Amino acid sequence: MANHRVWGVNMSERRDVIVGIGGAAGDGVASAGNNLALMCARQGIGIFAYNSYQSVIRGGHSWFRIRASNTQPQSVGDRVDLLIALNQDCLDRHLQEVHPGGVVLYNSSKLKLPHAPPKDVQVCALPLEELVPEAGKLTIMQNTVALGAVIQLMGLPLEGIEKLIEQAYGKKGEEVVRSNRAAARAGFDRAKESLVPIDSPLTPGGKPLAWIIGNQALAYGGALAGVKLYVAYPMSPATGVLHWMAKHARRLGICARQVEDEIAVINMAIGASHVGVRAMCATSGGGFALMSEAIGFAAMIETPVVVINVQRAGPSTGVPTKTEQGDLNQAVGASQGDLQRIIVAPTSIEDACHTIPEVFNLAERHQLPVIVLSDLLISEGGTTVPPETLDFEPVIDRGELITEAPADIDPAASYLRYRVTESGVSPRAIPGVPGHLFVAASDEQDEDGVLISDVYTDPVIRKKMVDKRARKMVGVLRDIPAPALEGPTDAQVTLLGWGSTRGVIAEAAKRLTDEGITANHLQIKFLVPFHAAEVSAIIESAQKTISVENSESGQFARHLRAETGLSVDGHIRKYDGEPFEPKHIVEGVKAVLRGDEVVRVLSTEPGWRSEHPPVATGPTGTRTH
Amino acid sequence: MTTAHLDLKPKDYRSEVPPDWCPGCGDFGVLNALQRACADLSIAPHEILVVSGIGCSSNLPGFFRSYGLHSLHGRSLPVATGARLGNHDLHVIAVGGDGDGYGIGMGHLFHSMRRNINLTYIVMDNEIYGLTTGQISPTSLTGMKTKTTPEGNLEPPANPLLVALAAGCHFVARGYSGDQKQLVEIIKQGLQHPGFALIDVFSPCVTFNRVNTYDFFKERVKRLEDMGHDSADHMAAIEQARIWGDVIPIGIFYQSPDPRPAIDDQDPALQGEPLVHRELGLSAEQRRQLIHEMM
Ligand SMILES: Cc1ncc(C[n+]2csc(CCOP(=O)(O)OP(=O)(O)O)c2C)c(N)n1
Ligand code: SF4
Ligand SMILES: [Mg+2]
Repeated sequence: MANHRVWGVNMSERRDVIVGIGGAAGDGVASAGNNLALMCARQGIGIFAYNSYQSVIRGGHSWFRIRASNTQPQSVGDRVDLLIALNQDCLDRHLQEVHPGGVVLYNSSKLKLPHAPPKDVQVCALPLEELVPEAGKLTIMQNTVALGAVIQLMGLPLEGIEKLIEQAYGKKGEEVVRSNRAAARAGFDRAKESLVPIDSPLTPGGKPLAWIIGNQALAYGGALAGVKLYVAYPMSPATGVLHWMAKHARRLGICARQVEDEIAVINMAIGASHVGVRAMCATSGGGFALMSEAIGFAAMIETPVVVINVQRAGPSTGVPTKTEQGDLNQAVGASQGDLQRIIVAPTSIEDACHTIPEVFNLAERHQLPVIVLSDLLISEGGTTVPPETLDFEPVIDRGELITEAPADIDPAASYLRYRVTESGVSPRAIPGVPGHLFVAASDEQDEDGVLISDVYTDPVIRKKMVDKRARKMVGVLRDIPAPALEGPTDAQVTLLGWGSTRGVIAEAAKRLTDEGITANHLQIKFLVPFHAAEVSAIIESAQKTISVENSESGQFARHLRAETGLSVDGHIRKYDGEPFEPKHIVEGVKAVLRGDEVVRVLSTEPGWRSEHPPVATGPTGTRTH
Repeated sequence: MTTAHLDLKPKDYRSEVPPDWCPGCGDFGVLNALQRACADLSIAPHEILVVSGIGCSSNLPGFFRSYGLHSLHGRSLPVATGARLGNHDLHVIAVGGDGDGYGIGMGHLFHSMRRNINLTYIVMDNEIYGLTTGQISPTSLTGMKTKTTPEGNLEPPANPLLVALAAGCHFVARGYSGDQKQLVEIIKQGLQHPGFALIDVFSPCVTFNRVNTYDFFKERVKRLEDMGHDSADHMAAIEQARIWGDVIPIGIFYQSPDPRPAIDDQDPALQGEPLVHRELGLSAEQRRQLIHEMM
């Protein structure tokens, strides 16, 4: 190789840089990652980030990956080009993963390379004691040094980090700002001087982008939709929504409260919604299980409510800081009886922000609960977006809501809260409005709200009211868009996914097509109700269908089968806690084409020497069942 | 919220649906007292939301002419809390039974009192599960034989008043369905209390509770006001709440002379117009600021 290193093996293909920052909780991994993402965003560089961490306050292992590109990346990718190791453990685990052409950066005053770096990987030793003698025991300064070095390698200007330092430490006084600036510059210079130069594919200086985390997008979407009551009980990975709401509540005129448990949460949201407030709550799988009974209650009394379930795998605690699409069954089966719900899974962080206002309208138009299924990939992932895509005024459609009594109200005419209509939707008065008294009940009730549950049980009325509520789903289906196939219709392979995996599946489909296996892609956002006719037509005309999901048992494939009566030809399943990377899907498709029916993939490369991740079997991180 | 003085009578709070409680059920007395109290305070029916759980007693909203919300077993308080947070112009009254409030719903009760949300909670305490045809409840006496305790109840009864006094509830009362005059007065005081008010009411189940009958209570209940009790005295309230035997005190045990502010009066986001009347969405300026934070 000449005196000019290239990113990866084939420079013409390289359009992005993937940075991995690892350390223990408390080492400042997330803040370093956020700062780097923010610096890129301010330079108009597109970012997709994902933080794999442990739910311990100190210790554990945090692994923050940032993919930076001139165009918006849709997944975290499947390499590490630049490794920032903040502790020895990170160096031990991840050194082996650094891609040819990449660089490993670490504080050589404190850490040691555990083994020789992989082929064509440069070492950027950043001895803190030597570079910033005044740092003394403040090892956190190593983060600033490393960020300085890494932005040099990425081709970002030094001013970006200087501005961040001022913003972050301005309040702590001039001295702190000065020493951090010196640290950043020392790192920047050391990278420049000590390494064979690297051509970064990034072209900074574009229009600044906004940098947003999924839970912020959900919360912001709620605020845009007009949420006025947000109640929650802390549970990772949904707590970010509560934090955002609590922080902004006063300024936005939102009441945000932490309450005693998730049963209280959902019932409070229903109570508020019943009196006419747009109310939202978010939790994770275990909390959602506690909400189950009340979701049926909302459906029964026809009170809209929006519940976000940031799925986690397993009961409290399960694997709380890992990603999984494990609660589809739970959402579909939540609550008792045969009651209505909408289940929607945003397909990206940006989509999450648009989905919330959209589903509030659906909830209010059709007077029923909406379950939003997010996961760690969306909720704690980060992305850049053009700021103007966040600056929108959503349509607000409250449906048939009676908020004041008409002047000419006939006091003798009785208001029927549950009037039987063709659409199944009955005009909804909110308590406080004169002339519309009614009692809503979890018991079955007639059109006027009078109970028929026990003493008056009447099969004719019961059927009439069940039918009325059920009819609403016809209208919902009409209101939601049918999913559309992306890519060539005559592709050899059709990939089917749902919710958060849209970006990574799309990227894999493109890569497959580039490699000569033409692939198209169907991503389902609305799980209930389901556009069965359209999806069936797509499946029936596909050559080979493969479902891709973060679930062991194939909940999504089963849902597809339940809704369409059709089975897919192959399954790619991942449930090791880490999100799909494009290569997992590409390899999985190849395995299906070779004849495997179910391919279970793992985020591990064969031959990796440390425990992270554990040793895999099978080709390139895939393991067939 | 103040209503221009309306000439309201108890019958104005009578719904068209006749109560389906067993003849003689104590809950009739509670319904009557609530209707009388609301009429005396001239609260217009459309400004009232009665929220209940599940049980015979929780059927009350169906028989009371106002807005009503008959929710889930044990969940009347969170539903009522949400309604009150959503519209603090409403008079929110939660009602239910001893099983509903002190059994399955006890967690919510404790936190509602601690939180001090401004609503009135009336528990029709019959020391039994009525709707499910006679099993022990958290307030059933030790030794009581029911379908689920054929050898007699081994557990001591809960003392909801002591729980309330410990949880920081600033209005703690107990009425008796057979003493209408006092009960109406207690409910009126409770409705006017600027915070969470707990009103436990002995409300005999004539069908399933053969121990705590009208005769049982008639012999024992004694009005606190006749015993010279000072309801502003928290320690005295605790002393009275511990008494259970030949004499069982009824009345207002504790009514703070200096009630601590309700959560709805404290939460900065709830000041001003009720949430329900606020404009939805964000202004262009609010959006600009929020997006700026992300850049
Ligand atoms: C989750 C749940 N568990 C159990 C029940 C059955 N259930 C209905 S009412 C009730 C107890 C009612 O007792 P109480 O609240 O004292 O009311 P009462 O009938 O005595 O007035 C029970 C156990 C239910 N409806 N929901
Ligand atoms: S069973 Fe008991 S509590 Fe229920 S209505 Fe009859 S008397 Fe009242
Ligand atoms: Mg009872």
